[in-house]
Amino acid sequence: MNVTIVDYNSGNISSVINSFKEVAKDKVNIEVTSDLNKIKSSDKVVLPGQGSFKSCVDALNNINGLVDTLNDFAINNKKPLLGICVGLQMFADIGYEETETKGLGWISGKVSKIDNQNGKYKLPHIGWNQIKILKESKIFKNIENNSHMYFVHSYEFIPNDKNVISATADYSTNIVCSAEKENIFGTQFHPEKSDKIGLQIIDNFINL
Amino acid sequence: MLKNRIIPCLDVKNGRVVKGINFVDLKDAGDPVEQAQIYSDGGADEICFLDITASNENRDIIYDVVKNTSKKCFVPLTVGGGVRGVEDINKLLNCGADKVSINTAAVQNAEVVVESSKKFGSQCIVVAIDAKKNEDKWEVFTHGGRNNTGIDAIEFAKKMEDSGAGELLVTSMDRDGTQVGFDIDLTSKISAKVNIPLIASGGVGNLDHLVDGIILGNASAVLAASIFHYGKYSVKEAKEYLDSKGIPVRI
Repeated sequence: MNVTIVDYNSGNISSVINSFKEVAKDKVNIEVTSDLNKIKSSDKVVLPGQGSFKSCVDALNNINGLVDTLNDFAINNKKPLLGICVGLQMFADIGYEETETKGLGWISGKVSKIDNQNGKYKLPHIGWNQIKILKESKIFKNIENNSHMYFVHSYEFIPNDKNVISATADYSTNIVCSAEKENIFGTQFHPEKSDKIGLQIIDNFINL
Repeated sequence: MLKNRIIPCLDVKNGRVVKGINFVDLKDAGDPVEQAQIYSDGGADEICFLDITASNENRDIIYDVVKNTSKKCFVPLTVGGGVRGVEDINKLLNCGADKVSINTAAVQNAEVVVESSKKFGSQCIVVAIDAKKNEDKWEVFTHGGRNNTGIDAIEFAKKMEDSGAGELLVTSMDRDGTQVGFDIDLTSKISAKVNIPLIASGGVGNLDHLVDGIILGNASAVLAASIFHYGKYSVKEAKEYLDSKGIPVRI
């Protein structure tokens, strides 16, 4: 099996690569590339993302044909894709970080700044928070409710259809920390930095 | 609920841990990779490396240390010490660091923080502020505490937030190494001034100091070296103590 981590200059992806290689061992081949043919022929795709919504969308668009290839992979061919952090946020129709920016539109909704309640909550939301699992998900296999995951973000994904939300975390409001729609999965937290429990999620995705 | 973090810090010189955990069963007490793994297995919320290598020819060793650690530790790794600009940050991140802490370079030129937070995202830019009390204010020091800039630490903290820092690592030089506790006045004043998380550092001698740093100092995270290195307390003991005081921690 081939799992491709999309390398599109979206910031630091070393930890994502390390964690997937740790979980995959020799059983699964982990590719790190923006090569469109390799993405097309892979079994699963990971879409990481760091920095701002706009910078990640711009970086995707800078690689000719990448967005179309991802659309084919995830929407037309319905193959499994995992978005991490801004990778998840880009599923939305629109994001408001820096400036209004169009997203991939895979899960209808928007990405806005977390309400810090006039400074009561520090932003970014950095550190370990517990996830409240709202519905059964294949990527939460063997993950207990209220498990700790590592977060670092200031913006949150607000989907229109609340049924896509698979887990939330409590910070100012109930932040969407995991969403999924059929073959598309996304986590706002960083499984690659969430210790053994995070590696379990990666393992679950690889074994989908 | 978001948990308060406990971050053990390892001083690394020429690729070796200088003040390390004194465990008899350690294969190599000076190996930063092994020590980081012990901390991570023991429940450390993040790991911090401070590179105190003095000579230029040995500066590249830290990159290998980071590379090897990040293949074994799956909690966030922050690396600081001698970070001059975007190029150094890029190298550290590519080796597997999750965050980079900038000290002298940020004081000398705030544009370094502006530029790097734009390029890599605020989430990986930590500004380290070394502050020392002088009458009724705190002054920012650079070059590992050797140079007094005379800059007001609280104003500087605000400026760093505005420049794009994602977190502040505030060290009281008066308290560092004394084991008498954090400078609560300093951390609470800076925390009240900024809206980004603050990591308190310098002076931890017992577990009550960690409690004070979070409750009185209003820190989101506490960083300590000696109390963990010399085996006085484990990270687990520290967390259980904080938990018993009603502080939310990841256990």
